Amino acid sequence: MHSFGYRANALLTFSVTILALMCAIASLSDNLNSPSPTAQLQVLNINWFQKKSDGDDEVSMSLNVSANLESLFTWNTKQVFVFVAAEYDTPKNSLNQVSLWDGIILSKEQAKFSIHTTNKYRFIDEGSNLRGKEFNLTMHWHVMPKTGKMSANKLVMTGYRLPVAYR
Amino acid sequence: MGWIGEQVDSLKSMQIRQVLTQAVSLGMIVTSALIIWKGLMCLTGSESPVVVVLSGSMEPGFKRGDILFLHMSKDPIRTGEIVVFNVDGREIPIVHRVIKVHERKDTGEVDVLTKGDNNFGDDRLLYAHGQLWLQRHHIMGRAVGFLPYVGWVTIIMTEKPIIKVCFI
Repeated sequence: MHSFGYRANALLTFSVTILALMCAIASLSDNLNSPSPTAQLQVLNINWFQKKSDGDDEVSMSLNVSANLESLFTWNTKQVFVFVAAEYDTPKNSLNQVSLWDGIILSKEQAKFSIHTTNKYRFIDEGSNLRGKEFNLTMHWHVMPKTGKMSANKLVMTGYRLPVAYR
Repeated sequence: MGWIGEQVDSLKSMQIRQVLTQAVSLGMIVTSALIIWKGLMCLTGSESPVVVVLSGSMEPGFKRGDILFLHMSKDPIRTGEIVVFNVDGREIPIVHRVIKVHERKDTGEVDVLTKGDNNFGDDRLLYAHGQLWLQRHHIMGRAVGFLPYVGWVTIIMTEKPIIKVCFI
């Protein structure tokens, strides 16, 4: 009855159960944290703005991204994926979301930052609707836990406008 | 003698009733795993509610051997979400992050572009030849939960079939 195999099996089952329970508790403990991140997004300059040969508008801009995401970090946080997207609507599309910049924050020490960048991904419209277009800049963050449920949220900043003419 | 001898003895002393009990409990394990799997399929609405990460394209978030739990709801797809998608002509689904979304006003159809966090460029090179965007029907689900390392069991089993045989 109490052979080696039987004992090894019992030990394995017990340790896996405890491990699963600890993972569940770690994931649930994230709910106790109520983060209050802040961010400022600024368009510093429109570097160039043109219609591509296939008819789609493309714009290149310089951005300043400052944020304090320290409150997102708990003991169960592996990384925070943060990105800035331009959001606008056009006659054809009810929503366009274009990522302009993203970054991975691995520790609380790096979570307060201010960077100056041009758009990392191309800002191209599906069509030619960007002249004089009003758009929102949105800072999104996705919290990846060491284990358990992933969470995400965003801050929307309104009132940005593209130039009326190509340059 | 040691424990090997003990094992042999215990095998010898096994009676038909015990063998049957073991067979029944093995059947119970298999069927309950099947029930959990199918139940998850119903709950999440995704055809494969759990996937194993096979590549390092989402590091440092997801490493090879991590397990992702998927959910396929009616909610629209938005940037930043991690989706699992199938590309025509590729057998293995890919887990990457959405970086661009264009949603039609009249039909509600979406054009989606994805990228792996650890990859340099976007995924247009991975899509079928000439494909620029993913549509809704390519997407199998979005990742909602995460469990590290557990997927190594399946990776080892598929890549080293001899171990699979040992387990059975």
